[in-house]
Amino acid sequence: MKQRLINRMKLSFPSCSENERFSRTAVSGFISHLDPLIDEISDIKTAVSEGVTNAIVHAYPDRIGEVFMEVKIFEDRTVRIKIRDKGCGIENIEKAMEPMFTTSHDEERAGLGFAVMQSFMDKVSVRSAPGKGTTLTLTKKLKEKERYE
Amino acid sequence: MDTEIRIYTGGIIYAVICGDIDHHTAKGIRSDIDKAIIERDPKLLILDFSRVTFMDSSGIGLVMGRYRQMADRGGEVILTEVVGYIRKVFQLSGIDRLTKIVGDVSRYIGCEQRLDEEDIKEEKTDEAKAY
Ligand SMILES: Nc1ncnc2c1ncn2[C@@H]1O[C@H](COP(=O)(O)OP(=O)(O)O)[C@@H](O)[C@H]1O
Ligand SMILES: [Mg+2]
Repeated sequence: MKQRLINRMKLSFPSCSENERFSRTAVSGFISHLDPLIDEISDIKTAVSEGVTNAIVHAYPDRIGEVFMEVKIFEDRTVRIKIRDKGCGIENIEKAMEPMFTTSHDEERAGLGFAVMQSFMDKVSVRSAPGKGTTLTLTKKLKEKERYE
Repeated sequence: MDTEIRIYTGGIIYAVICGDIDHHTAKGIRSDIDKAIIERDPKLLILDFSRVTFMDSSGIGLVMGRYRQMADRGGEVILTEVVGYIRKVFQLSGIDRLTKIVGDVSRYIGCEQRLDEEDIKEEKTDEAKAY
């Protein structure tokens, strides 16, 4: 069954590393009316940080490009976050998602961004075209709120 | 936010990492710690996470990098004050096989003395005199 959309937001910002913090706190602020558990907020912030950092570090390795983010909240408390860039794209997505795989060796990257996203979210999907860009979709269904009555 | 570096006798550096650890902040934290490693050539580096407010996989890279620095010098790294959400990120990395995560560091620094700036200055003049 298709769930009814109850809230959404869009954001775009240049790929400066200062915006890593901004993007994850923006998402956590936006979903706060759902009263997520502390663990859920922490998981989502971490996954968003991984996704946005990838756009900043890998998609636009030597220039500043635009990063687009869209967050949708559905009636069943599903949160869907899209992070999109118009950067270099990913040649081999399967390979890129393997734990410890990284293409940047100059910095201390662990190659575990996708592993973190996959373990902290319910679903991670990637669409990418080399030379055109990448769209990452992160989905997590929040736990039902306890009823205090 | 700056990393608080505490120097102990016995070749120990105790670094309190402050604020968020992400790709943006990791560079600064790394250079604060590495500066101390180069200056002191320690046997043991203790990383304290009690004042960390967020961490993504950049934290894994940070610890792995410091582990390598210390291993090259025959030294060790231990992590302390690692709360649940930070532990969750570390668990994905197998870093617990390279570094110990300990709750109570008194075993390591209990018998050591913390050096203040005066002590370190004195140490330096003593060294200079020795030449
Ligand atoms: N948005 C993106 N654009 C281009 N390449 C990407 C993007 N996201 C991820 N990648 C590729 O996938 C690899 C693995 O990403 P990740 O698991 O986050 O590890 P890390 O960022 O530490 O390299 C990256 O090294 C990069 O080659
Ligand atoms: Mg990454």
